[in-house]
Amino acid sequence: QGKFTLLRDTRTDGSFLVHHFLSFYLRAGCKVCFVALLQSFSHYNIVAQKLGVSLAAAKEQGQLVFLEGLKSCLDLLFGEEEQPGQPSPLQFLSGSTSDLRALFDFVRVSLTPADGDSWKGPVLLVDDLSVLLSLGAAPVAVLDFIHYCRVSVCCQLKGNVVVLVHSNEDSEDEENELVVNSLCHHSDLILWAEGLATGFCKDVHGQIKIIKRLSLRQAAEQDLVQIYQYKIQDRNVTFFARGLSAAVL
Amino acid sequence: LVFTEEDKYGLYSNLLFKYFLAEGVVCGHDLFVASAKEHPDNILKELPAPLLDDTYQKELGDEAAAVKSEDFQDSMKIAWRYQNLPKMEASPTTYTKFGHYYDVSKKMSPELCQSVKWHSFYLHEELSFEPKMKTCKMNSGYARLLQSIQRIISQEGFDGSDPQKKQRNVLRIGIQSLGSILWGDDVCCSDTPEDTHSLTKFLYVLRGLLRKSLSACIITVPAHLIQNKAIMERVTNLSDMVVGLESFIGSERETNPLYKDYHGLVHVHQIPRLNSLICDVSDTKDLAFRLKRKLFTIERLHLPPDLSDTVSRASKQDLAGSAKLLSSGCGAMAIGKKHLDF
Repeated sequence: QGKFTLLRDTRTDGSFLVHHFLSFYLRAGCKVCFVALLQSFSHYNIVAQKLGVSLAAAKEQGQLVFLEGLKSCLDLLFGEEEQPGQPSPLQFLSGSTSDLRALFDFVRVSLTPADGDSWKGPVLLVDDLSVLLSLGAAPVAVLDFIHYCRVSVCCQLKGNVVVLVHSNEDSEDEENELVVNSLCHHSDLILWAEGLATGFCKDVHGQIKIIKRLSLRQAAEQDLVQIYQYKIQDRNVTFFARGLSAAVL
Repeated sequence: LVFTEEDKYGLYSNLLFKYFLAEGVVCGHDLFVASAKEHPDNILKELPAPLLDDTYQKELGDEAAAVKSEDFQDSMKIAWRYQNLPKMEASPTTYTKFGHYYDVSKKMSPELCQSVKWHSFYLHEELSFEPKMKTCKMNSGYARLLQSIQRIISQEGFDGSDPQKKQRNVLRIGIQSLGSILWGDDVCCSDTPEDTHSLTKFLYVLRGLLRKSLSACIITVPAHLIQNKAIMERVTNLSDMVVGLESFIGSERETNPLYKDYHGLVHVHQIPRLNSLICDVSDTKDLAFRLKRKLFTIERLHLPPDLSDTVSRASKQDLAGSAKLLSSGCGAMAIGKKHLDF
């Protein structure tokens, strides 16, 4: 409860973690607000069906609030004039405001429990945060947005927040690195998917570092780091200790 | 969204671009061509002509005959590890079910070109129109292009908005040299461009349009000119597939004997991972391309055999000959070539 999880990927695609968390929380009966900025609804739906969850059904029952960033953006740019009572969550795109307040309001409204809601704790899932920088949001605005979300979802509503960011080791994208480093300092749990340092391999798709930031909550504690390697299959991801992939044994 | 990094002189990426459009014509898809460099009419006049199965067989006749005469079932004696590698066919005849092949030396006939509906966007002709969509601080050239694409998609019903239309078709969009100075974007000229977000915003909106409709898009970008690497990283993130072409013209690799048979390398930076957890990962990542007189081929990068000074020096033709045999699947052990006798 009240945890902030950071999903991070380097030299590889960490979106399998997003799919995992989405189906995990939906199966657990939580109310999920999914801010999907990079892919369409049908993409997530098809993968979720392979993992055993139906997003369409969850959406209908009100368990899932899905913000499809691509569609929202098109509506904002090509649609008719917006109604005064319903500002678009991606309003910062039109340049009228430079902060992500509209997006935060959307998140807050969707996760505030309504009467008659019997879902367990709220969850905010964001895929992925680095896109906001590409769309012109300032790093400070992004960090403010995350901060507001944490206060509102983790502290007030006792829910969880899971956010995906991309990063590269020798990246020249300073804004992105700034956001990622700042988020790392404030996360309770970091799942860091990396491509193998030795290059591409067919049987081991990458390595995942799990960092439990115990030092965040208690002063004297050390962070716990665990490293596994993984291979992604069609419906599943298998994890194993380093060097012990099935191809080698 | 296929994002292609252009090679230095744009020769080969142009070719790839034309292949994409030509495939659209042959499959009967609608085309949308946008460019700021040359008029789309001219681009369409220069599409390569499609190869039909029988003509191709004839062309390859002597080459194929030489290769097929070897018995592939011979087990290899020395390089026996290679036997387990899948045989990579040099001739594409077995793959004609998916995609078509094109003859680069011939132009597509005008009748074939006219058989599909195509739309064009030439930036310098469109400059007089003001963009109607809400500008979001994007470069006006890009804004106009997006508006044009959106208009075509909704008018022609590619987004399923017209329920009357029973036969749904695919729209192939080709955008040439995006990001170059001709589009009014200085991202290729300076390290700190005036508007760092125009290109990425454009790609995001384009991605939205593509996801919403039955269309596919190829973009070529002179990536070697973009100084700001942060933008390239963001752009890679926003595209489904990123391919880079590196040609050897003018670089030190041109004279390097390792790359003798090829005209350049193909770098696949990213492959699409759509609708599933995994992506279609191929076995090898070293690809090179070559432009023969009639064909543009992409094949696995093979090093020619390493002959040390102690072995009798082979003539240039022999070396090329054995490399060709090697690239046809390691099936033939260069039987009969004297210089490989140990």
